[in-house]
Amino acid sequence: MNGQKSSQTALRQPAPLLSPNGWRGLIVASIFICVLAPITNLWLPESSRLHLSDYAVALIGKIMCFAICALAMDLVWGIAGVLSLGHGLFFALGGYMMGMYLMRQIGRDGNYHSDLPDFMVFLDWKTLPWHWALSDSFVATLFLIVLVPGLLALVFGFFAFRSRIKGVYFSIITQALTFAAMLLFFRNETGFGGNNGFTDFKRILNIPIATQSMRMTLFVLTGIVLLGFFLMARYIVQSKFGRVLQAIREAESRVMFCGYSTLQYKLTIWTLSAMMCGVAGALYVPQVGIINPSEMSPANSIEIAIWTAVGGRGTLIGPIVGAFLVNGTKSWLTVVAPSIWLYFLGLLFIAVTLYLPNGVIGLIKKLTGSRT
Amino acid sequence: MNPELMQSGTKRLAAYKETLTQSPVVNTAAGGSMSMGRPHRSGELDLVHGRILYLEDVSVSFDGFKAINKLSLDIAPGELRCVIGPNGAGKTTMMDIITGKTRPDEGVVYFGSTIDLLRHTEPEIAAMGIGRKFQKPTVFEKLTVFGNLELALKTHKDVRSSLFFRLNSEQIDRFSEVLHTIKLKEYVHQTAGNLSHGQKQWLEIGMLLMQEPRVLLLDEPVAGMTDEETARTAELLLQLKGKHCLVVVEHDMKFIEAISDIVTVLCDGAVLAQGPLAKVAADERVIESYLGR
Repeated sequence: MNGQKSSQTALRQPAPLLSPNGWRGLIVASIFICVLAPITNLWLPESSRLHLSDYAVALIGKIMCFAICALAMDLVWGIAGVLSLGHGLFFALGGYMMGMYLMRQIGRDGNYHSDLPDFMVFLDWKTLPWHWALSDSFVATLFLIVLVPGLLALVFGFFAFRSRIKGVYFSIITQALTFAAMLLFFRNETGFGGNNGFTDFKRILNIPIATQSMRMTLFVLTGIVLLGFFLMARYIVQSKFGRVLQAIREAESRVMFCGYSTLQYKLTIWTLSAMMCGVAGALYVPQVGIINPSEMSPANSIEIAIWTAVGGRGTLIGPIVGAFLVNGTKSWLTVVAPSIWLYFLGLLFIAVTLYLPNGVIGLIKKLTGSRT
Repeated sequence: MNPELMQSGTKRLAAYKETLTQSPVVNTAAGGSMSMGRPHRSGELDLVHGRILYLEDVSVSFDGFKAINKLSLDIAPGELRCVIGPNGAGKTTMMDIITGKTRPDEGVVYFGSTIDLLRHTEPEIAAMGIGRKFQKPTVFEKLTVFGNLELALKTHKDVRSSLFFRLNSEQIDRFSEVLHTIKLKEYVHQTAGNLSHGQKQWLEIGMLLMQEPRVLLLDEPVAGMTDEETARTAELLLQLKGKHCLVVVEHDMKFIEAISDIVTVLCDGAVLAQGPLAKVAADERVIESYLGR
């Protein structure tokens, strides 16, 4: 009788969002992002040993954007088993939406002192093309950052999933999609600055963008978004929705037989994931100061998959760790020995696939012997 | 209207209600057991004529080979029917036809007295309450026992409901009941992949039970089980008898002996003999074609 009661309460209580250690880690991360990083970067003198250099802020800020992409990738690939090799496109689209707004914020301070962005003057355009209509408004831009990648993902995903395109075929099509978009954006006629893209940003919300405090603001914002998305992803995975996605990963036809519309489920997580990438791109562009079509190159999208695999698929925290590990190594290696980076990346991917199917997180769990 | 009349009326009503609670499988929605002058509601299971599955003269052939040859079956609600027969007798094909996986060339297949199963698709038939357990256990190995059962639970299955899904107390009772029936209470939070073969089979039966089926089709439920597991499965099926209609295909004669009332022997796609096991086992033709001497 007692046993029955305890199992009933176990069923009633929803699983905790994070383990106690998870909460501790989250608090440490938030303290670092919101308190320690601003203090050590802005107020400690550069001579101090604890000073956080501007270079480090820029690098970590950038990697946090990548980590958001990796997290988004984990939701579709690690949890639902849909490998996308086109997530760079959604990242770039979010970036372009932000870039358009930043271009308009330059105002008359460009090289040609025109109301139009420089590249349009260069192309001898007299008025803004139609798709720049909302670029003036920051609020509209915020909406577009999630809506444009989301809508593209929704339409593309609907047709792909409805046609039951799965596995490697789906991956190849996403790859083709981002490649096609890259070719489109390379053209000057498309109205996104051709191969130069957007750069030379001056202001955001009429505040100068290239100051130390603005960089720190963007850094903190990115960090908060990353942690927020992580919690959201945790909630999704702990919910029944997440369990259905995992079941789809294992045996989609059987889930369908249980009465679930797997199309709906896959489409939801796929679109959500694309939106997350869009937000990451929008945070990335003001921090690095440039967006151009090379962000849509297939190699970039493949890298996102590599971060996820290196960290550990389906673990949520793993891809974030993976993004930091791989990009940290990248920024170090490209300084020390620039020519071997690509070889290293290839070897890393092979090694992880062969020896670490569960990534770094899987390795740590194996070593510490913790369960699940 | 006098008090005596009213009293007797209340008594009769109470007695009637009691008969309803005693036999939950009796169809009450269309006005008790009256068979005439009743409105027919489409899609509703009609058990008035005492049959839940009815196959008549069903034939199906694959490339000229008659897998099922004028097969007729009549199964009552709450019955536990065992189907035996040599390999290739058409036992699995019969289940394929009932669940809509295979379309027969001719014949009729009815669920209750009014639902023509040949007009429905596989998922529709599953949703109507015909659950099937395949030979190989097909649980979701990476999910926990809880996750597997939850997936099968009869509830709203759209994305939004799943995202904010919480078990209500009724569903928790259902969980406890099923977990108790399939004896996996202590394993609720274990990954299904770690269960033994027998436990996986029970879990799959549990998943079927979560869908509150009217008919359960079980294809070799004790294949590969140890003797003890087989005995416990027999116990489990006897427990389900009456509440659900069970159709069991099995080769294990000891198991059949433990659970059967009526046994149907299939041979070459048609019914060879039918009746209690002792009677069937004594039948010359059955001994000839299946049991051996």
